[in-house]
Amino acid sequence: MKMFRKMKKSRQLYLLLLPSLIYLGVMCYAPMYGIVIAFFDYIPAVGLQGSKFIGLDNFARFFDSYYFGMLIKNTLGISLYSLVVNTIVPIILALLINEVKNAKFKKAVQTISYAPYFVSVVVVVGMCYSFLDPDTGVINSIIEMFGGESITFMGENTWFKTVYVLSGLWQGAGWWAIIYIATLSGVDPSLHEAASIDGAGRLQRIWHINIPALVPTIVTLFIMSVGSIMSVGFEKVYLMQNQMNIQSSDIIATYAYRVGLGSATKDFGFATAVGLFNTVVNLVLLISANYVSKKTTEESLW
Amino acid sequence: MKKIKTEKGFDFIVTIILTLFSFITLVPLLYIVVNSISNPELVYQGEIFLIPKGITWEAYERVFMDDEIIRGYANTIFYTLLGTVLSMVLTFTAAYPLSRKDLVGSRFLTLLFTITMFVNGGLIPTYLVVEKLHMTNTIWGFIIPGCLSVWNVIVVKTYMQSTIPLEIQEAAMIDGSSDMKLFLRIIIPLCKPIIAVMVLFYAVGYWNSYFNALIYITDESLYPLQMVLRKILISADMSNMMSSAGGAMESIAQQSMLSESLKYATIVLASAPILFLYPFAQKYFEKGVMIGSVKG
Repeated sequence: MKMFRKMKKSRQLYLLLLPSLIYLGVMCYAPMYGIVIAFFDYIPAVGLQGSKFIGLDNFARFFDSYYFGMLIKNTLGISLYSLVVNTIVPIILALLINEVKNAKFKKAVQTISYAPYFVSVVVVVGMCYSFLDPDTGVINSIIEMFGGESITFMGENTWFKTVYVLSGLWQGAGWWAIIYIATLSGVDPSLHEAASIDGAGRLQRIWHINIPALVPTIVTLFIMSVGSIMSVGFEKVYLMQNQMNIQSSDIIATYAYRVGLGSATKDFGFATAVGLFNTVVNLVLLISANYVSKKTTEESLW
Repeated sequence: MKKIKTEKGFDFIVTIILTLFSFITLVPLLYIVVNSISNPELVYQGEIFLIPKGITWEAYERVFMDDEIIRGYANTIFYTLLGTVLSMVLTFTAAYPLSRKDLVGSRFLTLLFTITMFVNGGLIPTYLVVEKLHMTNTIWGFIIPGCLSVWNVIVVKTYMQSTIPLEIQEAAMIDGSSDMKLFLRIIIPLCKPIIAVMVLFYAVGYWNSYFNALIYITDESLYPLQMVLRKILISADMSNMMSSAGGAMESIAQQSMLSESLKYATIVLASAPILFLYPFAQKYFEKGVMIGSVKG
């Protein structure tokens, strides 16, 4: 009864929540219910009632398909490659920026380093195509200037992942360093004073004070990344993908798009099964990473 | 004595590395700006690096005559304004009640929000919902899916909890002001820094997004700027820009010569508004990213 009275008193707060709850219901929870079509031979024209229930056939078809191994390999490959590079470089960048004493120089470096983050992926990929063009691209002109041979970066399977990861690093290094810089600014200065009285040099202090201070942040961000390891950004891969690099650029998300919306056949049930597989793997990875981290470093998301 | 020397040496190396890093970050952007204002013929021959030669606005004039780009630009400005307002309203009206620990069910409600960060229906089920609501090929298909970021809700909620303690709010409640009044008159004005961050995040998000347009919009007259850019930069389709150039017939050679300059000018025009804006909001968004990382 008391609870009911309390709730009645807070009715304006519930009213405030209403719009976002409706949004979540319609745009997040309703599609979650829609996952059931993964178990149907779904025909849009007749809806769920008219479609045939086929159990796990869509999943079996995906696992048996010629693409399955390649998709897993590419998705994991791109993801791990960028996870490693995009963790290490921002940490180094943050450690360096933290050592700068001149406030103006520090600010300038930071402002510059954020800039690419605000450029759209369409523009970034457009820049890749333009700079890496085998005939007119500036990178190939430089390679040729030094006597090398022009490389078709955007059209070669071997180069796809590197171009993807390095252009991503250009875009995000400064941005991802923000969190680490902020964590470092919270390190107790007396630790550094004590260490330097004991004769510790700059590098020693970075190694023994600053890096350990970053560990909790690194672990938290790492768990989050592991939880999304199978969800490589569709947007950028899709833009970078072409017939010449598809062997190394086709990932689960682009495949789901192609079989679901991008082709004439529009196999909704199958595409949903592919997407669901992705979500489930992510969830399992997130929960396991969180569990391992809780056991080993006592850092966890929940 | 030796120690001071190595200190100086260390600082010097750090400065060198960071200067190099800043240079590498800036070069691609500078290269584009410089090439966009240089003589197209020299640009095509790859003569221009970081110093403009034969300065001309020809490429920009062409881009401004392209009705597709102008329409895309206008659409994007409209979508960004409308979308940001909608996103802000949803985010803040959600964050405030969730920040109130005295609200019955606030933990459960927060859970309802956070679940959606890790589980989702995926592409096709979402598409079917949007289609069922008749939002495909309308501006709502571009704006609504994804207009509320749960991550941002949690950031704002955390901000409210840490900067406006419940005790202060209780004082206002004793004065007899209702929750709604409290929210509008006290909470919102105290949230100015986080409002600035969120406006920036959402506005940049709308300005740069193309995914929703790719999935839900097929009517080209509704295309946002990024979809037009995709056509020009990635499919390298510049037929519209070439044909709308005052009716003058040009040879294929001339056209392909111009194409590089046109790409660069288009990139500059599409990215400039945001690149000019973000330094002003910088001191705020560093804070915003921080709050986000401390988790809710």
